[in-house]
Amino acid sequence: MNLAAEFSKGIWRENAVFRLLLGLCPVLAVTTSAENGLGMGLATTFVLVNSNIVVSLMRKLIPAKVRIPAYIVIIASFVTIVQLVMEAYVYGLYKSLGIFIPLIVVNCLILGRAEAFASKNTPFLSIVDGLGMGTGFTLALFVLGAVREIFGSGALLGFSLFGAGYQPFLLMILPPGAFITLGVLLAGMNKIDSIRSVTRS
Amino acid sequence: MKDILRLAIVLTLITAGAGLILSLVESVTREPIAEQRRLETLRALQAVLPPIDNSPDSDTVELVTGKDKKGRETKRLFYRGRNEGQLSGVAFKVVAPDGYSGNIFIMVGVDASGTVTGIEILNHAETPGLGDKIAHEGFKDQFKQKNLDNVDWRVKKDGGEFDQITGATISPRAVVKAVKGGLEFYRQHQQEVGQ
Repeated sequence: MNLAAEFSKGIWRENAVFRLLLGLCPVLAVTTSAENGLGMGLATTFVLVNSNIVVSLMRKLIPAKVRIPAYIVIIASFVTIVQLVMEAYVYGLYKSLGIFIPLIVVNCLILGRAEAFASKNTPFLSIVDGLGMGTGFTLALFVLGAVREIFGSGALLGFSLFGAGYQPFLLMILPPGAFITLGVLLAGMNKIDSIRSVTRS
Repeated sequence: MKDILRLAIVLTLITAGAGLILSLVESVTREPIAEQRRLETLRALQAVLPPIDNSPDSDTVELVTGKDKKGRETKRLFYRGRNEGQLSGVAFKVVAPDGYSGNIFIMVGVDASGTVTGIEILNHAETPGLGDKIAHEGFKDQFKQKNLDNVDWRVKKDGGEFDQITGATISPRAVVKAVKGGLEFYRQHQQEVGQ
């Protein structure tokens, strides 16, 4: 498999959110605005790429029987680093992502890539895989956050779109809005895929 | 047996390495994090106090407010704002435990006579679009110039004078009650907060 395919599989074909439905807890909870989605996506990507590198470097040293606790320690360390650095230098974002940063540890996307990819491949390929998966995850969170923010607060990235007269559709910012948006986006992606396969055959 | 020993050693080495790296990161970020938290408190203090020229976060008095369920003393910190050495206002944090979702933390500023100069919502988890309007200027501003004697400390729905928010009465009610409680405590202990 070439590098471009390794990278792009995470964006569409194996997109963690829209295809594998992995790590939905942060996906649904933090995407009340595009900025939150972007911040969470980037933090997760950072953890994912770094844990992939370390797991891949140590893949021959870690005995199979203790690999899961070893991966968890590695992932948790990077999450703690992200949390400390965010609190020190981007305090506003840290406050709005709040308790969801520690939850990156239990995002099964990261453990999944460590187990399924990084533990069997070279560090370089693992970086590409982590970047691709992370980009797909970030894009998914950004799109979800943007849709919910546009309908729920009439703004995008904090800039008001429809003027003061817009009556926000609050449901979209509340938890049900996350499920509704995700469902509609999933349906859209399936439709596109089915059109593609028809044209191919 | 030998196998288990090997597993234990590998895991120990990994966790020790992780611990070492984390302690390094912590030592680098400790100062900026403390500074960010201090700035946040300072911003809230400046928002609720009349014009001041000191740093109220280093001019404080701590008073015992009561006992919690376990019998330990609960304390409240009073920040003293000064202008040219004269006490111009006092700020303190109150907690509204009866919001719609979780505690609401409020910074209250009062002048020497016990009249509110401003309030600031520090932290809350009220419903977005409804209860979270307690953090909007329009809601917070109605507390200015109010004291225990010149206004009925209830929301309008309960017969008082504070605007509730359409669709959300619980959050404003909790805030009004908590600020009132804070003012009452301050009035009783004004002497101890001092000059």
